[in-house]
Amino acid sequence: MLKQLSWLILLLEVVELSYILPVSKPSEGASGFTGIWRSFKPVIDVGKCRKCLLCWLYCPEAAIKRVGDDYMSVEVDYRYCKGCGICANECPFKAIIMVKEG
Amino acid sequence: MGGFKGGGLNMSISIRSLTLNEYLLPGNASCPGCPASIGLRMLGKALEGRYVLVIPACCSTIIEGPYPKSSYGVPVLNIAFAASPSAAAGIKAGFEVLGKGDIHVVVWAGDGGTADIGMASLSGAAERNDDIIYICYDNEAYMNTGIQRSSATPYAAWTTTTITGKSEHKKNLPMIMAAHKIPYVATASVAYPLDFVVKVRKAASIRGMKYIHLHSPCPTGWRFPSDKTVEVGRLAVQTGLWPLYEIDHGVFKLSDICKPLLDKRNRKPIEEYIKIQGRFSRISKEQLAELERYVESLWNEIALMIEKSKMSEGGC
Repeated sequence: MLKQLSWLILLLEVVELSYILPVSKPSEGASGFTGIWRSFKPVIDVGKCRKCLLCWLYCPEAAIKRVGDDYMSVEVDYRYCKGCGICANECPFKAIIMVKEG
Repeated sequence: MGGFKGGGLNMSISIRSLTLNEYLLPGNASCPGCPASIGLRMLGKALEGRYVLVIPACCSTIIEGPYPKSSYGVPVLNIAFAASPSAAAGIKAGFEVLGKGDIHVVVWAGDGGTADIGMASLSGAAERNDDIIYICYDNEAYMNTGIQRSSATPYAAWTTTTITGKSEHKKNLPMIMAAHKIPYVATASVAYPLDFVVKVRKAASIRGMKYIHLHSPCPTGWRFPSDKTVEVGRLAVQTGLWPLYEIDHGVFKLSDICKPLLDKRNRKPIEEYIKIQGRFSRISKEQLAELERYVESLWNEIALMIEKSKMSEGGC
């Protein structure tokens, strides 16, 4: 019984290695570059930014990246930003404005 | 116990203390301004990747994306509507046998999958006190299939199946779960992500069935602009329509954000919440008065429960 079971496990491993099992792997851009959905794009005014990180906290898309040595500056990843505008609406210092695309 | 770095459980946390790792990857299929995405991101940051998701049919199965890619950084089991709590209980039992009992099993279901279709098996899991975290993200209708009414849709709200406004009130799910006497019940809102993170971490530290109800304003179904998601969520709390509280082993505790709202004068008028949303555009004066009565009775109940908890703590 145990021998049969070990054969089964081996078989499953081989099947998984050849990618026959329908298992999705985690990766960015599962639905493509969603930035093309955008009609307004957020632009961060670095001079006004007080690094409160609220935009990073509220971004539904994780499209706002924390950059810099101490990860306290923010930057928009325009490949994936869908332009919902939550960051501009929630910024307490009005450091993010929405600019029409194109 | 949870074992989070530098984390006292009752401590309030700061934005900087959250992990930089993302467990909802960018480029997923959610609508712009999706509240479920905010919730899923915060769930990942709360549990720092030590969890498995069980997702019944809902918007989140769409957000996951098509094969061969998945936008979730953790393993996901997609399962039929009515089976999610039982499946989660099975996974948890399996983990315990394998000696991986510290991995949390989280059911992430919509309000339809919780209040309507999944109610029976959820009640069963609560009765058995299975060691899972159940999170209902409540967008107050069946958004994925085209905005049909659910039992969590509020009074007077438009949906495609209640075109003149729903004539019944919202089902009070957290209180139904509290009546099962499970160890932990909490309400949260996507407008207060840190509060949600604290509640998820607290749930993760408790053994047994945990239920968190996450209020999620949906721009697509509630008919408001996508940049107002957080604002609408905050107004729902500030007007008193969505009180934030937790019931920890039978002891009712109002969250700090909501403590001033016990006084009626500190609550914002409901009109502020209603006028942003297109789904309430045809609300009549009588319906508005009925909603106000509902909020009033809701807070009277809360005041009673606070009294009761004080008495049980001080007395026997």
